[in-house]
Amino acid sequence: MKPLLFALRREPEQRLDLSKLTPDRLVGRTVKEIEAIEIGTTKVGARVGDYFKVRSGDPANLHFEGGSERFDLLGAKLLPGFSIYVEGDVGAQLGRNALGGQITVVGDAGPYAASGMAGGHIDIDGDCGDFLGAPLPGEIAGMAGGRIVVRGSAGCRAGDRLRRGVILIEGDVGEDLGSRAIAGTIIALGTAEGRVGYLNKRASLVLAQPVDFGPTYVDCGAHNFTFARLFSKALAEDSRRAARLMTQKLRRFAGDTAVYGKGEILTPA
Amino acid sequence: MPQLVRKGVRIDDSFAEAFPMSGTGLIITAPNRKWALTAAQTMTGFATSVIGCGCEAGIDMELSARETPDGRPGVRVLLFAMSSKDAEKQLVNRLGQCVLTCPGTAVFRAIDGEFEIKVGDAVRQFGDRFQIAKSIDGRRYWRVPVMDGEFLVESKVGLTKKCVGGGNLLVMGPDWESTMRATEAGVEAIRAVPDAITPFPGGIVRSGSKVGSKYKGMGASTNDAYCPTLSGLGTSVLDPDIGCVLEIVIDGLSDAAVSNAMRAGLKAIIALGPKTGAKRVGAGNYGGKLGPFHYHLKDLLP
Repeated sequence: MKPLLFALRREPEQRLDLSKLTPDRLVGRTVKEIEAIEIGTTKVGARVGDYFKVRSGDPANLHFEGGSERFDLLGAKLLPGFSIYVEGDVGAQLGRNALGGQITVVGDAGPYAASGMAGGHIDIDGDCGDFLGAPLPGEIAGMAGGRIVVRGSAGCRAGDRLRRGVILIEGDVGEDLGSRAIAGTIIALGTAEGRVGYLNKRASLVLAQPVDFGPTYVDCGAHNFTFARLFSKALAEDSRRAARLMTQKLRRFAGDTAVYGKGEILTPA
Repeated sequence: MPQLVRKGVRIDDSFAEAFPMSGTGLIITAPNRKWALTAAQTMTGFATSVIGCGCEAGIDMELSARETPDGRPGVRVLLFAMSSKDAEKQLVNRLGQCVLTCPGTAVFRAIDGEFEIKVGDAVRQFGDRFQIAKSIDGRRYWRVPVMDGEFLVESKVGLTKKCVGGGNLLVMGPDWESTMRATEAGVEAIRAVPDAITPFPGGIVRSGSKVGSKYKGMGASTNDAYCPTLSGLGTSVLDPDIGCVLEIVIDGLSDAAVSNAMRAGLKAIIALGPKTGAKRVGAGNYGGKLGPFHYHLKDLLP
């Protein structure tokens, strides 16, 4: 069965709240009913039909033909077994609080992608904004499970307060990667800036290109880690480069000793 | 006893009687085959019979680096006990003493059962707060720092109550050498059958037992009916041409695994023939009072 298609008519004038367009909410609805869903975020109001031409199909698989950096909350609270495919860019909070499923974005994503995500798989073909997998202001923990793969670069504070799950960034990352991370794993293949792993409690940060971690990270020598071999197998489908990095002998820097100190930064030995 | 004959080997029209057990499995890996085997052999040592060891355990198969979760050589170990509580206690004890201590090893789940046993969750505290949990593809592992690096252990392994213990073959020959030759051939064939182990030394038991004893407090005693040195006495079931009896005991993760193992063993023993191997094959049972699983030899013949 063909996917349920949303073809973009024109660039929206206002930010759109697409959290209502998740597969579980669209099951059993007709095209007319879907086109009537309110997605505006200003007092002007906006309905799906104003910006999208909807073609009926399998609501378990959504397809967005055309994207916009004004597409907010796309795939929010997505459930296991569903998938969303976007040909184009998306806005803030992609896959916010997703519980499962697969989101593929062939384009860039805005800030707070995968914020609060607890499960599922997000693949961003382009770059993503700041606060990847991070909590919104006022929240205690960030991403709590699942996996996000960014083919391009990520902004500042990617993996802030990461709780669980895997963040894989093939490109460069902005300042303070893995800041305040609670646990989980971040792998960055490009360059990193700022204070990497700032106040990291228990997370593992794997950097293909090491930088100066400051005095609160202590060198624990180079080792062959069995868990890294498992990761290598698990990542092989998503990124060959990351899988290769994980099979290498890795130098372990324990820290951040300014806090709990059970975290680590691993770099090629 | 009525007998069937296959390639000159007499097969008793009897059955092996087996009983339900709780079972679990582990995959132990190491940087090389030697240390994976060392860990597995140590862990399954002194695990021949639940009567005195608390569990019956053995190596199910060796795994190549391609077949293990972490891409290192490995061994699949099975452990069986009379209750899930016993299985858990024995597994955790043996893991802590024999695998955690063995250089280079890591532990993964080998079977998914109806229940789970805390394994990594039990030994992680050896890490004295330096241990780290990692979730990879929905499975949780503990990284316990040890002196040669890290001991990686899966947090929980599966346990199933659908296991069968006590499948057996009684191999009878004229002397020790030829009986042993046939029994070893049987054990070797069973080794290739997945999900089944032969927990006794080298897979072979010489002290086949009967239930009860003349002495108070002994639950089991020598199977005098099959002791060749008592063959002249009235209780013996041995023929005049039998001078030695050896037993193969089989535990399996399922009913099918045990019958497959018995079939494979029987086939190998019969293939050897009565001139160099066994003259007769029987099976041990207690008249159907021990357990619900009955493996009739006539159904397992090649």
